[in-house]
Amino acid sequence: MIREVYITETNCITPLGFDVPSNISAIVHGDSGIQRHEDASLMPVPFYASIISNEKINAAFEKISSTKYSRLEKLMILALEPIIKNSKVALNSKTAFILSTTKGNVTALKVDSEENFNNAHLDVLAQNVADFFQFKTQPIVVSNACVSGILAVSVAKRMIQSELYDNIFIVAGDEVSEFVLSGFNAFQAMSDSPCKPYSKNRTGVSLGEATAAVLVSAEGEKAKIKVIGDSSINDANHISGPSRTGEGLFRSIQNALQEAQINASQIDYISAHGTATPFNDEMEAIALNRLDLQKAPINSLKGFYGHTLGASGLLETVIAIESVNQNMLFESKGFDEIGVSETINVIHKNEEAKIKYFLKTASGFGGCNTAVVFEKVKHELH
Amino acid sequence: MTQKTYIQSYITIQNNEIVLNGDSIFKIEPTDFADFSKQAYRHFEIQYPKFFKMDALSKLAFLGSELLLSPLVSADQENNIALVLANKSSSLDTDVKYQESISDKDNYFPSPAVFVYTLPNICLGEISIRHQLKSENTFFIFDAFNTEFLSNYSNILLNTNKADVVLCGWVEFFNDSYKAFLCTISKEENTKYKNENINTLYNK
Repeated sequence: MIREVYITETNCITPLGFDVPSNISAIVHGDSGIQRHEDASLMPVPFYASIISNEKINAAFEKISSTKYSRLEKLMILALEPIIKNSKVALNSKTAFILSTTKGNVTALKVDSEENFNNAHLDVLAQNVADFFQFKTQPIVVSNACVSGILAVSVAKRMIQSELYDNIFIVAGDEVSEFVLSGFNAFQAMSDSPCKPYSKNRTGVSLGEATAAVLVSAEGEKAKIKVIGDSSINDANHISGPSRTGEGLFRSIQNALQEAQINASQIDYISAHGTATPFNDEMEAIALNRLDLQKAPINSLKGFYGHTLGASGLLETVIAIESVNQNMLFESKGFDEIGVSETINVIHKNEEAKIKYFLKTASGFGGCNTAVVFEKVKHELH
Repeated sequence: MTQKTYIQSYITIQNNEIVLNGDSIFKIEPTDFADFSKQAYRHFEIQYPKFFKMDALSKLAFLGSELLLSPLVSADQENNIALVLANKSSSLDTDVKYQESISDKDNYFPSPAVFVYTLPNICLGEISIRHQLKSENTFFIFDAFNTEFLSNYSNILLNTNKADVVLCGWVEFFNDSYKAFLCTISKEENTKYKNENINTLYNK
């Protein structure tokens, strides 16, 4: 009998709020974290992005520590701190810690020094965060471009199933930096207005920053959701663009559904990647149609948070879990008129819905894709 | 239900030398990695011009996987070979070069061709494209080669039938200092390395 795996704690730190309830309340009101910024230290020209204010970060962090940490480390510690405390899980040899990120403390490279260079290492970032909480196991870093956050859930599920660990805390995080802004801009992938996933007039991504944290556990008593299938298949097609047929995403979803032992028709909601680049959104629509998933209600949360890179998959899972447990489908913000060649059922406005199974997907540079299927947990009344 | 898994083959690339299953198959006089990798490419008569567009980390991972996977992969069937690689320096070698291209505002030339390699998992994409592997792939970062973790994780992929073979290992590149250790693991019995594990082979 393979062990069952649950997510029992969630948290997120975003421009919309520093806990899950404040984020949900902002989404329900239709607020977006994406704003126009004029900051020459980040970009030579004005740009749209979803950025967390330094004053808020420092005010929140002062309450838990006075030790010096990088901005991203503070955001990660803030995401993890309440769930570690609340879970009462012992940080022993059966509790692992996964950190997922695309670029970590890359901003440290801006000023050339040995200390800064050392801090740009992802294992150093992970050790700094792990040491704050005194984890006993060596931190595991997943750095697989923009699927990192959701891939970490998949890695955690597999390790718990194999009984290597009983509990795994995951934190995912990335910052808006000059490094990443200039790169997406060089690719001409940046939108000149807040991003519009799946829309006809979409022109690219808005970048964002956030951290999210969850506890993945073999113990289901306080479960918020059950993890029932997962897969991460490469397109084997191109390193900087998605497969035109959505092959890797198609196969990832197919495998995840198969492991979950459910049919595509049983998926009640898809929390998709939806970066709002022309090619990504088109590829997703093609993959979903190949799987006969075109009728399932779908959203991209990038219109609220921008593309938070390695954090996005985990942040969007945290929000999707609330969708399920609050029986509510959230609007795909920024969507107006369908702009992909094949039909998909984009959620126009918030609506009530019973959700039993949902699918989370992500795709990224390097041709990577991840799909994870979740099932709502029915708690017996005692 | 956990089935035993076996190391099938392994390769080490370091100090201007490539060692396959314990045998030195290519060694040249000390030179830089750009030259070493070009000479190795020619020596093994690899026909893949995209190689020359790759960054050093991808070249290193590519060369190792080329020699391990070429005998395994056949073009006329699906090859479910998962890729599980790790290192310490992520893509920092290219990150530093990219950062230099944006640091001087009077000489600001961010290049998409460089930016795309500022992700460690790009080398997994390169190997996947080369061998048409539509398979599981994950890139991990550790402060040192965590052989226990990679071995456990590879066994999970094999035992849950998410892969038939796993190519796993360590591909570290920074500032012309490099070491690659890759091995293939599967459930097929192979007594050749029965007294060895990834750790002992890596440290050979």
